[in-house]
Amino acid sequence: MSYIHPEDDRVARHGPRARRRYPRGTAAALGVGLVLLGGLAAQQFAPRRMPHRPPDSAPGRTSRQSRYGDYAVTGRSVTINKPRQEIYDFWRDFSNLARFMENVESVHEAGDVTVWTIAAPAGRSVEVRTRIVQDRPGEEIAWRATDDSEIDTEGKVMFRDAPGDRGTVVEAVIAYKPPMGELGRLAAKLFQAEPAVQARRDLKRLKMLLETGEIATNRNRTDS
Amino acid sequence: MRALTYQGKHDVRVETVPDPQIVNPRDAIIEITATAICGSDLHLYDGVIPAVMPGDILGHEFMGRVVETGPGSTLEKGQRVVVPFTISCGQCFHCAQQQFSACDNSNPAEKQDLTEPLYGHPVSGLFGYSHLTGGYPGGQAEYVRVPFSDVGPIVIPDGMDDEEVLFLSDILPTGWMAAENADITEGDTVAVWGCGPVGLFAVQSARVMGAHKVIAIDHYPNRLALARQMGAEVIDYTQTHVLEALMEMTGGIGPDAVIDAVGMESHGFAPDNMLDTIKQTVGMGADAPHALRMAIMACRKGGRISMPGVYGGMADKFPLGALMEKGLQLRTGQTHVQRYTSDLLRRIQEGELDTTFMISHRLPLEEAARGYANFANNQNDWTKVVLKPGMAA
Ligand SMILES: NC(=O)c1ccc[n+]([C@@H]2O[C@H](COP(=O)([O-])OP(=O)(O)OC[C@H]3O[C@@H](n4cnc5c(N)ncnc54)[C@H](O)[C@@H]3O)[C@@H](O)[C@H]2O)c1
Ligand SMILES: [Zn+2]
Ligand SMILES: [Zn+2]
Repeated sequence: MSYIHPEDDRVARHGPRARRRYPRGTAAALGVGLVLLGGLAAQQFAPRRMPHRPPDSAPGRTSRQSRYGDYAVTGRSVTINKPRQEIYDFWRDFSNLARFMENVESVHEAGDVTVWTIAAPAGRSVEVRTRIVQDRPGEEIAWRATDDSEIDTEGKVMFRDAPGDRGTVVEAVIAYKPPMGELGRLAAKLFQAEPAVQARRDLKRLKMLLETGEIATNRNRTDS
Repeated sequence: MRALTYQGKHDVRVETVPDPQIVNPRDAIIEITATAICGSDLHLYDGVIPAVMPGDILGHEFMGRVVETGPGSTLEKGQRVVVPFTISCGQCFHCAQQQFSACDNSNPAEKQDLTEPLYGHPVSGLFGYSHLTGGYPGGQAEYVRVPFSDVGPIVIPDGMDDEEVLFLSDILPTGWMAAENADITEGDTVAVWGCGPVGLFAVQSARVMGAHKVIAIDHYPNRLALARQMGAEVIDYTQTHVLEALMEMTGGIGPDAVIDAVGMESHGFAPDNMLDTIKQTVGMGADAPHALRMAIMACRKGGRISMPGVYGGMADKFPLGALMEKGLQLRTGQTHVQRYTSDLLRRIQEGELDTTFMISHRLPLEEAARGYANFANNQNDWTKVVLKPGMAA
């Protein structure tokens, strides 16, 4: 995931320097995402890197090879024709998330823990509990699963001004590690079916909601 | 309500389906008074556009009366409106550029998954077309749900006939944009392939925009006669070598601009076209761009190609060399209907455009299937079909 910035994740992929920059022992102090990406990426990817190719400018999640070990990482950017702060505020009110995230049934806050109820196959649901690990108003919100969460996941959404008065680029990145057991398989199915597709859809629905006030549907009736 | 539904290739039926309702705040419900069958509907009818499902309600050229409005609609009950076939939000980057058929927000997110792998990007929602463009129920029906009704529909003053304004929904703006994309200046000769409704409006528009000469090409005598009536010189490609004739009719230069108003189901027995048609028939998803190939070959050096004709997939034996070596420009797209409607309405009111000359048949909605079969198979006589839900059978 990139709880770290895309640039950081590129650096992290490239071996020794990344290891120096994000030593596993001190990573906790920097935030868990860094552990994942600095640590895992350095371990998993560094030995396989091609010696004579300098890193390119693309985000790690568009790489031809998975660089994140056991963690599945997905992410997507969308440009929304609204000011950065307005989109941040909308997202930061977590109860709004279920309005555009297809699989998310509800999100509510219990103290400093956020509880996500996520629809799973076969009419079941999975509860994911997260804590905010970074909150920079107008710029970034990052969260990570608590130890008692049913799914080990973390995510981050970043907001930056789009060039040429096009509004705001919203970039969401999510990493998750399905747990063992039956529930784990369920969760894996849920997430890995088409995680990139889900992220893409959800961000497009967010864009529709914020730009037009509604989410496009071809349904002809409220009951269909 | 009653509605014309797609059942399969060459099988459309009028059936009873649930009435539409207001679903989103900006919706309106329109009671249809007139709707037409389009050449684009024939691509669906012939099964060459992907992702059309049994039960889909077809129809994207329609008008009627507002019977219900959502809280975000700016329409009022009782108003008469013509509805553009492109569904556009009016608020995204593309709508702000008046690229309405590229609207980001009208194609439902889950439908965009289909279009993105095929075209690289999702395109806007369209009424009564493929699920690639949203799978929205269309207007060959008694009622239709119109999303973003504060942006698309144009209100029609009382006193104008339905038939005068119905084609503002698609083919008039399409013919107009086709001519605009040909970038016509005084002294230009423009050649138009296809004398269907789109080609005929392109001919008329090119004349209004000041083309010196318009040459229209088809093989149906009746359709060629309509083009002549609109001021074109005509070529019947079954009688004449088109490329040679175009050179001779332009002083050895070639037309300055060419318009492909035929699209993906080109007729004719040229070898390239027979191969294309076979591939299309066996379902290889290939387009049959014979007319477009001819148009590119005919176009003068440094000239312009305008392509209103619809294509859905991949083309074989595309004369890329001719395009590049002659330095041609190509412009195309589903029409940005909302960009043109008010200007064209004014031109109709002022008598500058004739919008009814091509209508050959008027049928009750109940006879829509007969309309499709004839518009597809008796093209010489059936030049444009208007369906009227209220008309007695
Ligand atoms: N760009 C848009 O937004 C838009 C909108 C409406 C229609 N269209 C498309 O425009 C095209 C024409 O629509 P229409 O309603 O006029 O259809 P139509 O089927 O009524 O007319 C097509 C005409 O092309 C002629 N033709 C076929 N092969 C030819 C050839 N090789 N050379 C010359 N003429 C040939 C046919 O005889 C027919 O008269 C279709 O592809 C349709 O899908 C595009
Ligand atoms: Zn049409
Ligand atoms: Zn739009």
